[in-house]
Amino acid sequence: MLLIFLVLIGFPVYFGFAGSLMGPGDINAYPAALWPRSGAVLRNFAGALDAIPLLRQWGNSVAMAGIITAGQMITSVLASFALVFLPMRWRTFWFFLLLSTMMVPVEAIIIPNYLFISDAGLINTLPALTLPFLAHGFGIFLLRQAFMSFPAELFDAARIDGCSNPRFLLRILIPLSRPTLMALGFWSFLMAWNMYFWPLLVTQTPQMQTIQIGITQLKSADNFNAGLVLAGTVLAVVPTLLLLIFGQRFIVRGLTGGAIK
Amino acid sequence: MTTTSTDASTVPDASEIPRRKPSRRGQYSSWLYLVPALAVFAVFMFFPLARSFVLSFQGNDILGRPAGFVGAEHYLKLLQDSEFHAVLLRTIAFVVLTVVPVIAISLMLSLLLHQRIRGIRFFRTAFASPFAFSVATASVIFAVMFNQATGVLNGILGTFGIGRVGWITDPHIALISIALTTVWMQMGYNLLVLSAGLGSVPDDIIEAARLDGAGGLRLQRSIIIPLLTPQIFFLLVTGTINSLQSFGQIHILTRGGPQGSTTTLVYSIYEQAFAYGNSNFGYASAQAIVLLIVVVVITALQFGLVERKVFYQ
Repeated sequence: MLLIFLVLIGFPVYFGFAGSLMGPGDINAYPAALWPRSGAVLRNFAGALDAIPLLRQWGNSVAMAGIITAGQMITSVLASFALVFLPMRWRTFWFFLLLSTMMVPVEAIIIPNYLFISDAGLINTLPALTLPFLAHGFGIFLLRQAFMSFPAELFDAARIDGCSNPRFLLRILIPLSRPTLMALGFWSFLMAWNMYFWPLLVTQTPQMQTIQIGITQLKSADNFNAGLVLAGTVLAVVPTLLLLIFGQRFIVRGLTGGAIK
Repeated sequence: MTTTSTDASTVPDASEIPRRKPSRRGQYSSWLYLVPALAVFAVFMFFPLARSFVLSFQGNDILGRPAGFVGAEHYLKLLQDSEFHAVLLRTIAFVVLTVVPVIAISLMLSLLLHQRIRGIRFFRTAFASPFAFSVATASVIFAVMFNQATGVLNGILGTFGIGRVGWITDPHIALISIALTTVWMQMGYNLLVLSAGLGSVPDDIIEAARLDGAGGLRLQRSIIIPLLTPQIFFLLVTGTINSLQSFGQIHILTRGGPQGSTTTLVYSIYEQAFAYGNSNFGYASAQAIVLLIVVVVITALQFGLVERKVFYQ
């Protein structure tokens, strides 16, 4: 039973990697070839790198995801700190206002956002890729839940000892909530790295495209070479695969923040 | 405006700290911390929401820029447009075709994986691996596999003497193929959530049920699955929203075709606003408002109708 599922679910993963090593003769074979029969073809990787500026796009993706991750962590830490520890009138209102942003599908506001970025002359720039995502309701929710379980006495004690708010934040709260921050970081990075719709709209040249858009350009190129397309895909998926294998603990925690107590 | 007189700069009496009333000065410095997040949301969420609404009542000038008010024209058109009705039905069908199989299969798998057998760690990681694939990488791999003439799926079918299937070229099959791709993509995440949920089922509950004579299927149906309902409900809500928002797999695999057979609501918004040099921002915005309403209504329904059956420990 497990083995049947392993074949069904594992096959696309396997084929992505195996196919990236196949020459045109094997990958297009009928009936199918399931492994590179005529020897592994590393040429596919070189070909993919030649066809589009994959390395540059890889860099674009890293820069975009890095900036978004940093932005979300900063805005979420600041907001949840204030929501949990600082005196505030209408606290519940602010919390639900920030939380309600999670209910809005990005696609429902993508047209005005596109018009805004386009009017601001930011199309095809890094700010266009990152600005709309520098804050996210999920990050605020996740950190607020974590900070709530933090003993309030610690904050009061620190205040009595003359510790300022920023100092408490940097020296006590952030170091003590490292696991949750890691979870948020992994989550933000993955989400940003995998974005498709928005980068498709706001980038125009291969030089500014992210790798997710780049590999689909490989596919729609005139001389469609499946092995080469899969090679590009492998290059795009390796970082997240490594992240999944080594960071599974954090990712599960981040992604299931609302589901598991 | 009322203010209390506790000055944040003086050290307050320890006993009054927890219930300290906010001072006006304290208020401003508290709100300061919310400003960065609120600023991003104001510019890229609240303002666009309002603008989406306004756009949906606007027409276009010759350059495709939004201009002039046309009243409820776009909404009336939506009501009459039979193509749009088909889009809505297709969207609902697509959600059902993805969410139900994903939850059913991942639930079954997570129960299978929750055993102490050799090599289980390998299986867990292998089954979770689709999660590492983005919508673009997964769709590109499936596009290569679905290829009618040279794809590996038809190649495998050919080995068994079955003729070629038009996975993404046959209008009757294309939506199912896209659903298949989506099910595969969401499988890893669903499995991670359910496995984590299973891991937190207390051993003593299972032990007690065993002692009472519950075993195998009975144990799963009456004890373990009820304990997993919070996770299943969470996956139902988030999975439905995700499915409603599917775009990349449709854009990469079929571009809404063949013959519009895979044009869902989100894809229709994209087509009206951005594809083929269209700039029907007004009509697309009216559809975007419909999307917003659909998401809110379905989520509210799920919380209203389904959550009652969820068993919170």
